Amino acid sequence: MQRELAEVTGAEQVGAYTLLRVQRGEIEPGVPGQFFMLEAPGRPLPRPMSLCLAPPDELAFLIDPIGPGTRALCTLRPGDRLAILGPLGTGYRLDVERPLLVGGGIGIAPLPYLSDTLGHPPAVLGFRSELHAEAARLVPNAEVVLEPTYVTEAIPPGHDLLACGPEPMLAAVAKLEPTAQLAWEAPMACGYGACYGCAVEIDGELRRLCVEGPVLSAGAERTGDRVLASASGRQDGSA
Amino acid sequence: MKLLNASGCLDALTAPEIARSLDAFVTKTVTPLPREGNAPARIAEVEHGMLNSIGLANPGIDRFLAHTLPQLGELGVPVWVSVGGFAVADYADLCDRLDDRPEVEAIELNVSCPNVDDVPASVGEIVTAARAATRKPLYTKLSPATADIGEVARAAQKAGTDGLSLVNTILGLALDERTLKPRLSRAAGGLSGPALKPIALAAVYGCYAATGLPIVGMGGISSGRDALEFVAAGAASMALGTILFSDPGAPDRVRAELASEFANLAVGEADNAIGLAHATTPAPSGTAERLAAMSVQ
Repeated sequence: MQRELAEVTGAEQVGAYTLLRVQRGEIEPGVPGQFFMLEAPGRPLPRPMSLCLAPPDELAFLIDPIGPGTRALCTLRPGDRLAILGPLGTGYRLDVERPLLVGGGIGIAPLPYLSDTLGHPPAVLGFRSELHAEAARLVPNAEVVLEPTYVTEAIPPGHDLLACGPEPMLAAVAKLEPTAQLAWEAPMACGYGACYGCAVEIDGELRRLCVEGPVLSAGAERTGDRVLASASGRQDGSA
Repeated sequence: MKLLNASGCLDALTAPEIARSLDAFVTKTVTPLPREGNAPARIAEVEHGMLNSIGLANPGIDRFLAHTLPQLGELGVPVWVSVGGFAVADYADLCDRLDDRPEVEAIELNVSCPNVDDVPASVGEIVTAARAATRKPLYTKLSPATADIGEVARAAQKAGTDGLSLVNTILGLALDERTLKPRLSRAAGGLSGPALKPIALAAVYGCYAATGLPIVGMGGISSGRDALEFVAAGAASMALGTILFSDPGAPDRVRAELASEFANLAVGEADNAIGLAHATTPAPSGTAERLAAMSVQ
């Protein structure tokens, strides 16, 4: 397991978020829903980011600058270099017949790559403001709802749901469709099973989300009331 | 001069290739009974380091011996087992059960985890009981949160420890920038990473002077230069902890950087550099000039 140094090729504003593009080099993009650990300039720990887009020769990550690590990542400019480890974890199962993508806030991050991989299925995306909702342009065929409307009010029946977003949204999606594939998040120091920091309750036991997830299969349920620390849907769990 | 991982900073079964890049793999602390660990949130990054409050999550000694240890034995890297208990008898029992296992090269006594509530017995009593229970090499891992760590080290030495692992984390607190509430579920957690380095160096320096025992130095080592400082303070081996989280390739890198540091130091055998920081150890000819030259590079 070796980190790769990647050169930043672009950093563009997408509403309230930053889309950071890096040269792909030898790095494999992996399966949608998998994540990468990105070196955050000047910070002791890297940050877990799911892959947002995989254009030829590039990897792109959607970043919400809400803590020191994500803010540092958003200061990167073309020509800067950062260490990247991945792809890591378990992504979405792609053998679905009637996919519908569901995203909330920065939780839409893995959906553009997922959409490209599945041939642009319909999507329902929820945001808290018009500014945040500008990121919906990254996901084709998306219906957008703004707070106080919730995505669960706009999901049509009869689909295989693939979702990512804040914890209350995922819980609501799971209630609506128990077989939904849900991408969770947790504070993570390493991303490869070494630190045990990302333990969450799965099937009644505390288990490492970076190894078991972040996408949990329909068979593995988030259980109990021991919620994640980043219940607000913050991508930067270690802030 | 060995390079190990700090206990709890690597899962050799999840990342075997990283374990194989070390001279020995140190397990996460094993306790008598299974422990689920503390509730999330368990980690928080801070300036120059991180806090953890994992809470000794482990499968317990029965399952460890039956399932984990045989798999670790297949990895092709020597295994040190870290053990922790809540009474003197726990340590004796854990060491007794590991004693006849050929997979185990050494046992590390974790007498210093900051993330459990139970107050451990005195270090001397624990080491005495462990010593009576096993012939395996014993390394006692101490906390830097003590008035005189040299005295604790001497007690461990008197009780029969073969070496010291220095140091464990020290309690720290981080508050959420918006709510001003603790970021960890148990409020405080163990501080590791670069912020711990000067504290760890002081412990290594003090315990080397107090005991002369072999020391595995750890606490914020992220480069060969850091490792060299631990050697100079008195460590005969080093362990990597927090740096493994951000750089899984750190063992090979730090080993290469340290070799380069030794070459620049011109001390001949690397072992000649152990304890170089102590006033009574004569510096090798030209060392001061070389160190001065290196520090401005």
